[in-house]
Amino acid sequence: MRELIYLTVVLPLLGFLINGIFGSKIKNEKIIGIIGSGTIGFSFIITLLAFFETLGLPPDQRKLIVTLFTWLKVGGVDVSFAYQLDQLSLVMALIVTGVGFIIHVYSIGYMHGDKSFWRFFAYLNLFIFAMMNLILADNFVLLFLGWEGVGLCSYLLIGFWYDRKFEKSTTADAAKKAFIVNRIGDFGFLLGMFLIFLTFGSLNFNEVFSRANTFSVSTVTYGFIALFLFIGATGKSAQIPLYVWLPDAMAGPTPVSALIHAATMVTAGVYMVARTSIIFASAPDIMMVVAIIGLLTAFFAATIGIVQNDIKKVLAYSTVSQLGYMFLAMGVGAFGAGIFHVMTHAFFKALLFLGAGSVIHAMHEEQDIQKYGGLKKYMPHTALTFLIAALAISGIPPLSGFFSKDEILWYSYSNVGIIFWLVGVITAMMTAFYMFRLYLLTFEGSKRFGHDKHPHESPKVMTIPLMVLAVLSIIGGFIGIPEIFSGEYGNQFHNWLSPIFADAERKLLHFGYHSHFEELLLMTLSVLFAGGSIFLARYIYLKSPNIADNVSNRFSGLYKTLWNKYYVDEIYDAIIVNPIVVVSKNVLWKFTDGKIIDGLIHSIAKLIDLSAAVLRKFQSGIAQFYALIMVLGIAITLFWIIMSF
Amino acid sequence: MTITIEYYLILSAFMFIVGIAGVLTRRNAIIVFMCIELMLNSANLTLVAFSSYLGSSVGQLFVFFVMTVAASEAAVGLAIIIAIFRNKLTVNIDDINILKW
Amino acid sequence: MNLEIIFFIVFGSVAAISSVLMITRNNAVIAALYLILNFASLAGLYLTLNAQFIAVAQVIVYAGAIMVLFLFVIMLLRPENEAKFLQSNPKVKVFAFVIAGFVFLQLMYIIFFSRPSNIITKNLDASIEAGTIESIGYILFKDYVLPFEAAGFLLLAATIGALILGKKKIN
Repeated sequence: MRELIYLTVVLPLLGFLINGIFGSKIKNEKIIGIIGSGTIGFSFIITLLAFFETLGLPPDQRKLIVTLFTWLKVGGVDVSFAYQLDQLSLVMALIVTGVGFIIHVYSIGYMHGDKSFWRFFAYLNLFIFAMMNLILADNFVLLFLGWEGVGLCSYLLIGFWYDRKFEKSTTADAAKKAFIVNRIGDFGFLLGMFLIFLTFGSLNFNEVFSRANTFSVSTVTYGFIALFLFIGATGKSAQIPLYVWLPDAMAGPTPVSALIHAATMVTAGVYMVARTSIIFASAPDIMMVVAIIGLLTAFFAATIGIVQNDIKKVLAYSTVSQLGYMFLAMGVGAFGAGIFHVMTHAFFKALLFLGAGSVIHAMHEEQDIQKYGGLKKYMPHTALTFLIAALAISGIPPLSGFFSKDEILWYSYSNVGIIFWLVGVITAMMTAFYMFRLYLLTFEGSKRFGHDKHPHESPKVMTIPLMVLAVLSIIGGFIGIPEIFSGEYGNQFHNWLSPIFADAERKLLHFGYHSHFEELLLMTLSVLFAGGSIFLARYIYLKSPNIADNVSNRFSGLYKTLWNKYYVDEIYDAIIVNPIVVVSKNVLWKFTDGKIIDGLIHSIAKLIDLSAAVLRKFQSGIAQFYALIMVLGIAITLFWIIMSF
Repeated sequence: MTITIEYYLILSAFMFIVGIAGVLTRRNAIIVFMCIELMLNSANLTLVAFSSYLGSSVGQLFVFFVMTVAASEAAVGLAIIIAIFRNKLTVNIDDINILKW
Repeated sequence: MNLEIIFFIVFGSVAAISSVLMITRNNAVIAALYLILNFASLAGLYLTLNAQFIAVAQVIVYAGAIMVLFLFVIMLLRPENEAKFLQSNPKVKVFAFVIAGFVFLQLMYIIFFSRPSNIITKNLDASIEAGTIESIGYILFKDYVLPFEAAGFLLLAATIGALILGKKKIN
């Protein structure tokens, strides 16, 4: 079964083709949904079987490369469509196909009645195809193919309802913004790839990483490569400064937000950093940059999330914030912890988004939480699963989020210092706060909507995925129980992934030994702080809502800044976008294209016109004129003869 | 001072150039023809001068043929001018520009 | 100062001046008359050069037939007097004069450069002998019969052409 891993890539492509070509003819939604979800389901089964097979193998034999065909073979470049099956790609593949399958099933219910039902599933399958290419690739070029492919699919899916208005503009503008900001990051990624090729002479992962061990390359070169790769990651995974597309991407349907922006695509950047861990480990300064940017993004996005009133916007900023945690983990050298958080985050964030979708559906597309309230009695299943997810993301034990987030915080403290831990914990407190604000305002309390809305529980096809994800959010953390609890078993997840990161961790300086006592202490403190935030949220939003209004009135300036997302979009517009537009319009369009290039063409035409006008006079029709020319000829001939004497 | 042949040659060249100037500048078609006759005569003068100074009759024989040609050309040309005049009622060359582009 | 020089100066200057005057007259009849004067002076020049037959042929053919034909056509068509010289197309006319003058200078240069008088000296007896009608007729009918017959054909063609062109209608 391991050799058939390429099927996990081919099947979604097949689903895309079938749904894309024949979808508009198939009038039955069930069939389209079954085709779309079935391909991903089969991919998941294949991945699962491959996983069990790999479990049975000894660690040094777990890597397998399946080559389909040679793609490019020119100059020094030799890349193929080849898929690498090892521990890291298996973990990511399980997440993508598993959570993807759940979301596909959910979409059958969510997109019911949409006029482009088939197109949705076609795009979703295409997305999974691109994502699988990205994860399973064994060389940078195929990874980049998947990278660009998911960017394209996110554009297609964000702008799915292309004729809808969204905030100040249209969904098409949001889709374009996503694509363009992604492209800026991709440019950095490309530069990184070029540098890698220049330095190591190959683009194949195994060759590059083995050469990274043996070649002697300066730290500066490593620094540049890592920096460029990280710029690509900031674009795809929505970190500072290229995160601005993710909140706007909420213009797309909610399953899209769940799949792409919570569980899979945005984690592509984290995966890429994990895969190239040895390069990052060889550039410690860039690692610090990664950690700082991750930490700042986490903090910064959490502050914005506290004051947002759109349910999807809160979740969007929460995603940006959690991604910041993942990069923080990468930056401090805890690669395994980062991937662990990817997995748990996939579970509870997808659950949160799908639950939000359920609520939005029930409230007839209303997304403002100020108009919700007391939905628990209308949609109990959704409320319960949403509560589980909120607890998980806040880091309450023994749910999955606790284990992964705490591991990250611990490594921030032990590998770097107390400041990182402190900021991380404050962000965790804010996370708990805004998450429970969201939960309480939506599901608890008295209802704030009128009689025009009739909320009801969603159909089974939507609630069963929620329940599956809730179960995963609860038990998913147990495979990563840290050493202090599991004793001689060690951290299972960590051990599973350690061969991948062995080279990188060898290069990093190892800090002093920290005691188990410190770990337990910090863990307890963070749980206490998170719990405190939850109670604070409960107090403010349930017991006395006036406090929230009073605070926002007293600190109205701060509130306004946060509510307007620190005006980052406006700043970008003023500093970058508008100057470029103005320059393009006036210099490039009107001047260069209009005057110089067009002018060149016009002047050639004018030249011909002028010379024709002159030559035309020679055909005057008057014989004397011709005679004059003849005499002129005689004069010239005589002149020539005289000269030759 | 004796009259050498150059004097005749210069005179004939002068008449030739005057004829050319007249052909190129006059607007009346008949006068243009007359200037052409002038040019032919200057050629005749050259021929006769050479024939006289070299003592050969061939030059004068050639003048005989030139005169024949000039006569026939004048006759036909004037007939053409009359035919044009019947259609256009003008002999001004500026107005006879049907060959214009 | 022998007679030859006097005759050359007189006839030469009359020829030159009358040619210039011819091309500058507006009135076509006056111009034709000046041309006749030119032809007459040319006849005198021919006599100075001992070309008797040609001189007489000049007067009979050119001045007597061709110019009469011209005058008939002028009087038949009655063309209007031309406008003043520089009124129409002054640029082209000035250019034409310049070119003509340039060519004249070139011709002068060639004539003086090649200095034919170094090679050719006049032999009076031969000159007189060459101009007589016997010598011309002799070589005409002995050596140059073919061109003579061709000239006859040419005249025939010209006659027919002029006849046809002059007709009002062709039935």
